[in-house]
Amino acid sequence: MNSFSITEPSRRQKRVAGTLVIFYAIITIMPLIWILLTGFKSPVDSISYPPKILFEPTLEGYVNLFTTRTRVSPETLAALPPPEGLAETIVRSRDMVIAGPSRYGERFLNSVIIGFGSTFLSIILGTLAAYAFSRFKVPLKDDLLFFILSTRMMPPIAVAIPIFLMFRQLGLSDTHLGMILLYTAVNISLAVWLLKGFIDEIPLEYEEAALIDGYTRFQAFYKVVLPQAATGIASTAIFCLIFAWNEYAFAVLLTSGNAQTAPPFIPTIIGVGGQDWPAVAAGASIFLLPVMIFTIVLRKHLLRGITFGAVRK
Amino acid sequence: MSDKMIERAAKATPPSVVRRIKGLSDRAIAWIFVAPTIFLLLAVNIFPLIWTINLSFTNFRANRPNREVEYIGLRNYERILSDSDIWLSMQATAHFLFWTIFFQVLIGFTLAWLINKKFKGNDLWTTIIVLPMMLSPAVVGNFWTFLYQPQIGLFNYAVSFFTGIEPSSFEMIGSVNLAPWSIVIVDTWMWTPFVMLICLAGLRSIPDYIYEAAEIDRATKLRQFFTLTLPMVLPFLMLAILFRGIENFKMFDLVVQLTGGGPGSITEVTSINLKREAFEKWRTGYASAYAIILFVTVFGLASIYVKALNKVKER
Repeated sequence: MNSFSITEPSRRQKRVAGTLVIFYAIITIMPLIWILLTGFKSPVDSISYPPKILFEPTLEGYVNLFTTRTRVSPETLAALPPPEGLAETIVRSRDMVIAGPSRYGERFLNSVIIGFGSTFLSIILGTLAAYAFSRFKVPLKDDLLFFILSTRMMPPIAVAIPIFLMFRQLGLSDTHLGMILLYTAVNISLAVWLLKGFIDEIPLEYEEAALIDGYTRFQAFYKVVLPQAATGIASTAIFCLIFAWNEYAFAVLLTSGNAQTAPPFIPTIIGVGGQDWPAVAAGASIFLLPVMIFTIVLRKHLLRGITFGAVRK
Repeated sequence: MSDKMIERAAKATPPSVVRRIKGLSDRAIAWIFVAPTIFLLLAVNIFPLIWTINLSFTNFRANRPNREVEYIGLRNYERILSDSDIWLSMQATAHFLFWTIFFQVLIGFTLAWLINKKFKGNDLWTTIIVLPMMLSPAVVGNFWTFLYQPQIGLFNYAVSFFTGIEPSSFEMIGSVNLAPWSIVIVDTWMWTPFVMLICLAGLRSIPDYIYEAAEIDRATKLRQFFTLTLPMVLPFLMLAILFRGIENFKMFDLVVQLTGGGPGSITEVTSINLKREAFEKWRTGYASAYAIILFVTVFGLASIYVKALNKVKER
């Protein structure tokens, strides 16, 4: 488009629009910046008035996040050998000693296992189903597609009651496998819809040429269609991963010890007299930062994916 | 060169011949490919739904699995529909739904309209605005309780900075009047970007020549906005409202972490109410009937809405 076009906004309009959007963006990002900052504050700085923007950074929040501590008497403290490493020095300065690791590491690992496991499974099943819906005459195709979509309308708590009973019966309560299957079932509707859109756009001629060359259907699917759909598959995978990563309702109702993920765990981090906000913020930062970086780096694919999914339907 | 030959050969070959060339029949492959998905959805979605319907006619309690289960007909449904607590939580949900959608549409559309002016660097700022919706509502909601604290909270401080009200003079979460708005504010902060992105897709789908034609006809900018831009974005906007409506009707994680339904039960939206019945009071049969009523409500409202949406699209 050339700059003389009558529909192109004037320079002044652009400047005003830009200023307003940037103003909103700065307000909207403040809570997230606050999470990142609070993670590096000392407990006193975190609850000071007025809220502190400049402060002396400390790793106390992160140390508290990963350890459990016990208070000891000054005499015992004095009798201990000198502290080894930064973590111990920080804890000692509060008249405490490190008693052991906290459960945050495990919870985070559970989030990784369940997130990636369910994404992997949703993508495999979703790609197969999407390919079939895109290329073959499946009887009752529209009904099946609508059925797949409608499963997303159910409130998670409503589904949680029988799933809770079913998992108890099958011994899947509080297991990684149970949560992976559950998240896969929730994600697969979105995956099939998104992937069908991507596969629909791949011209049929490529596969037919491959078939004439002597490929079987499976080979044609594997060697011709999959590489072409790679970008679509990747962006669908990111959506599935983000959903599983963020999910809370099922996690809090169906897991307690073994397979609990980070979202139900982080709000339960408490210190002396209520929530230990620097530790909570540290836990939240570690948990949220990968998603934020992902979103900024992959913005082109992600932003297209959100509207793509919506506008297709 | 050879690629072209293959393509031409492919085009010339009727599909039925292609299909018979090698391997399993297409129908078999189609079923093999679709079956695992359908099976998983049947096992984890449909079977539980049927089970819930069955439980809703009983007095079953999941914390006492050995007690004999009695079928009590429609009594659970009667009790729910005459329970005033449930109507209160329906009201809380309606307040939440109405105002979140109102603000998200207003702000989301305005932002999309501004971004569509294509100023320099708009895609980076768009991404920054989108960040909140990518994050875990439970984790972020929990942190918002810190921001909402009187005196030390950033939110109260910001309000007092701009208006001069004492930051310790109001409690967003603790007060009966403000708590319903505290959840509206966080949900709006989180999900406005979603409405914005869909509106942006709508705005970008309008071809330039329509505006050029309007310009030649000397339509004012205001008139162009109301007769061109708004009607053409409307289907997109309605779609965004549908998605937000369904999501916010199910809303659980954000509200549970922010207010937990309190103070009292002023922000106890239906899903929190349902969770209490099912997993705290363990009235499984009763909660199942409640779940079915909620599901039918969402499904019914969504179907009516989709009909309206299709009418708008046809125009």
